[in-house]
Amino acid sequence: MDSRDGVVYTETVVHAPPEQYAADAPYQLAIIDLDSGGRLTVRILGKTLAERAQIGDRVTFIEERNGVAYCQRSLT
Amino acid sequence: MRPVAVIGIGKTPFGAFPGRDLRSLAVEAVGNALLDANVAARAVEAFYLGNFAGPSFVGQNHLAPYVGTAAGFEGIPCTRFEDACASSGSAFFHAWQAVAAGVYDVVVAAGVEKMTSQTTPRVTEILAGAGDMAGEGRAGATFPALFAMIARRHMHQFGTTREQLAAVAVKNHANGAKNPLAHMRKVITLEQALAGKPIADPLTVYDCSLISDGAAAVVIAPLDQARRYTSQFAKVLAVAQTSDYVALDNKSDITFFPAVQSAGLKAYAMAGVSPKDIEFAELHDCFTIAEIIASEDLGFVEKGNGGPFAAAGCSAIGGRIPINTSGGLKSKGHPVGATGVGQVCDVVMQLRGDAGERQVARHRLGLTENLGGSGATCVVSILEAA
Repeated sequence: MDSRDGVVYTETVVHAPPEQYAADAPYQLAIIDLDSGGRLTVRILGKTLAERAQIGDRVTFIEERNGVAYCQRSLT
Repeated sequence: MRPVAVIGIGKTPFGAFPGRDLRSLAVEAVGNALLDANVAARAVEAFYLGNFAGPSFVGQNHLAPYVGTAAGFEGIPCTRFEDACASSGSAFFHAWQAVAAGVYDVVVAAGVEKMTSQTTPRVTEILAGAGDMAGEGRAGATFPALFAMIARRHMHQFGTTREQLAAVAVKNHANGAKNPLAHMRKVITLEQALAGKPIADPLTVYDCSLISDGAAAVVIAPLDQARRYTSQFAKVLAVAQTSDYVALDNKSDITFFPAVQSAGLKAYAMAGVSPKDIEFAELHDCFTIAEIIASEDLGFVEKGNGGPFAAAGCSAIGGRIPINTSGGLKSKGHPVGATGVGQVCDVVMQLRGDAGERQVARHRLGLTENLGGSGATCVVSILEAA
């Protein structure tokens, strides 16, 4: 378990990115309720609908890139 | 504190004006307001200019004296106010304070933004700077993304629907089509709004305000001097400015804006009125969900019922409380720094009975709500007909 695992509080898929993230779009952002307390804005990994996370879904921390946490929807 | 009046209003059209620079827009709005107030530029004692990102959009800093000298002000204090999309709301608040406190008699509050000379991805990036760039911004949050996350949560908790969001866009476009100064004078259908290009789910392009150029200005003075200048003044019953966290993930509940609620409560108390007394309002519909939440936060409708309220036509012209008769940021346009003072101009036009085709029947008491970022600044004003 990582301190950045948690549950999705809210989310969106960004289709119109800022200039610096143009290559990433579309990408999913979520604010998660951390198991360790507090909230964090993270990226959700994956491009397919099945990989998207919804409010209430558990997400697992995968890695950090440039100070941003990337999480994945938990399978269980 | 002494009572204050708006004695003159001036706006440029809002739109995309490739041939116009920031300064010429601001000077035009200030000139129109001075003319409307019958006040000479040399009689103005201080200049408060709202602007969000002139340095990023057009590469110009030191904007207040840059505009002020061109507008004919000589040697007076000229200061720029930056509070994201509430920049000129903040300029208006500080200008009102100075006159109410007796520091000055005649001052000008204005706002300007020149946005359309940049590409949309670049504009999106500059606007994102109104959020927390070390956190949500670094993760890739745009402003549509932040409000999309707010909308998702509001839908989840209160059952707000895509159709209710779209109803706000349809209403505001219908109003804007009647406003000669609006950016997009185009009526849209619910089907069109629902089928718009996705920007940040669940928001489509029709849920988002426009990227615009434009400026707005007001002249204010002590109420007991207003008649010296004009018979068409409006009384400023209250102006309240409040603040909250910049980062959305710092808030415990994102389905309301604490800054809007507290600015509303302060303004109602100062004016000695309650939400049911307000006859019409200009609310900050940077995104359709923002108008829905503001209508709840200001007490026009019960928490969670803002969506059904809009979809039932309660906020249309002719409805219980007409909201954004100007077309709002959605259709009138959203030159960020000009929006707060622009709202004051639009309310004053209604109070005077000068709103033409979009004139509301009851126009004695109006309210403006100007929101900065995802709710970190709010300015609420309540104005009354002379």
